[in-house]
Amino acid sequence: MEYGLDLEYSFNEFLKGFGLSSEIAHIIWLPLPMLLVLLAAVVGVLVTVWLERKISAAAQQRIGPEYAGALGVLQPIADGLKLLVKEDIIPAKADGILFTAGPILVLVPVILSWLIVPFGQNLLISNVGIGIFLWIALSSIQPIGLLMSGYASNNKYSLLGGLRAAAQSISYEIPLALSVLAIVLMTNSLSTIDIVNQQSGAGILSWNIWRQPVGFIVFWICALAECERLPFDLPEAEEELVAGYQTEYAGMKFALFYLGSYINLILSALLVSILYLGGWGFPIPVELIAKFLNLPINSPFIQVFTASIGIVMTVLKAYLLVFIAILLRWTTPRVRIDQLLDLGWKFLLPISLANLLITAGLKLAFPQFFGG
Amino acid sequence: MSIAITTQIICFTVLSLVILIGALGVVLLQSIVYSAFLLGGVFMSVAGLYLLLNASFVAAAQVLVYVGAVNVLIIFAIMLVNKKEDLKPINDIKSRRIISTSICLTLLSLLIRVDLTNIWSLSSPQNSIGEESTIRIGEHLFSDYLLPFEVASVLLLMAMIGAIVLARRDVMNKDISTGLPVDQELIEKSSEPLLTNKN
Repeated sequence: MEYGLDLEYSFNEFLKGFGLSSEIAHIIWLPLPMLLVLLAAVVGVLVTVWLERKISAAAQQRIGPEYAGALGVLQPIADGLKLLVKEDIIPAKADGILFTAGPILVLVPVILSWLIVPFGQNLLISNVGIGIFLWIALSSIQPIGLLMSGYASNNKYSLLGGLRAAAQSISYEIPLALSVLAIVLMTNSLSTIDIVNQQSGAGILSWNIWRQPVGFIVFWICALAECERLPFDLPEAEEELVAGYQTEYAGMKFALFYLGSYINLILSALLVSILYLGGWGFPIPVELIAKFLNLPINSPFIQVFTASIGIVMTVLKAYLLVFIAILLRWTTPRVRIDQLLDLGWKFLLPISLANLLITAGLKLAFPQFFGG
Repeated sequence: MSIAITTQIICFTVLSLVILIGALGVVLLQSIVYSAFLLGGVFMSVAGLYLLLNASFVAAAQVLVYVGAVNVLIIFAIMLVNKKEDLKPINDIKSRRIISTSICLTLLSLLIRVDLTNIWSLSSPQNSIGEESTIRIGEHLFSDYLLPFEVASVLLLMAMIGAIVLARRDVMNKDISTGLPVDQELIEKSSEPLLTNKN
């Protein structure tokens, strides 16, 4: 399965052509994919904010943003600029250090998790061996940041919001990890690249969603809960807690929370598409298209075609899921805290455990379909 | 010296400094909330040290278990239970400090002795397994370390059952030693949030 463009190798060879040593070339290469992914994440947030505004307007029979650019596409940039120039307020009786560190601790793990998101065979920052496990570990840091900002605000609504966020995050992490474990069991690897390659055999038919339908639903519910999207947005429930842990925040610190939540939403959508919807794979295998066009699989045309279709497919699948998340947000009511905890501990946890057990059994019974 | 080794040394120095200063802060700071957050920082830096040793699975597990579960629960407990009140002064604080310092120093000397007597260098650099370590850890857990693994899970189950029994008031509504009914208001009071007195 070792095909696809290797940009790093070509870039390093290109720099070596100017007489640079391979170490220097590597150092020049290192920041490039990081910056690119960071840029992609921020642009993704801008697109998602615009989508959220437009779709919510449609759901409520309004027009939504209209005057900033065509169809209001510049509205998120205007929002961002407004937040950028706003005054940075720290409440008088708040704890200054923790108040500042909180939003950073919420945002940094989310951005770090983009390390493992592949857009193609070689199009990711680093193919670390622990892959998807890194994301699970990193996402468990977030509640500390939420608790920190909730405590430091010195406001009872903030503290309640922070505590709710931590409780929610702890409860939904377990079924999330268990449904990922079922996928890992089928793949025999934690690496996101291997997970996608294992689904690339027969196009749309070999996607994990057919083999793991229960896991897919459990993962999606848990991912929404981890992102604190509306059916599960108790930590910032406006009617009860003003805005939860964000209540005292303004300007750029608030923008960090805002960015963090949207980057997390896009990340979750990307991971659902990687784990269950075949990642960068086209519904029809590229090998078949190449055979149809009578082109060898290693020809430059097919290589570039595969790479670009990989990026397009990943983003398309992710945004389809983002669209569903936005629709859910504007059409469903919020659950109560007891319903939230009941759903997590009494429904999702046993179901994901049973799913793991059944997957292990099916893997032993039908190794050719469920990974040997 | 190559760039890779220089980066490693810089990372190691920074991580060690963070661990040392953070751990001292955990012990010496007066505010229990700061101590708890610093403890999280120390756990993260230890995970960084594991990463430097090519043990990425252990590093991720360290973050997941110690930062994501243990430390979050510690902070959670502090914020739910602790009220802003002055602690009672302890009478013989000096002698207690002397005793605890001497115990710590004894432990430190023991660790230094282990450090000096043990042979740390690997027999050959090929022995480091790096990315394969996840598979190796799994193999060991289900072959020669199977019994400790299972015993640990029984231990966790016991702790969980204990917590459930404590939380269910209909089970624990009598004091074990005196047989009198437990004062339920005491449990209610302890769950008042931390900052109510301040506002």
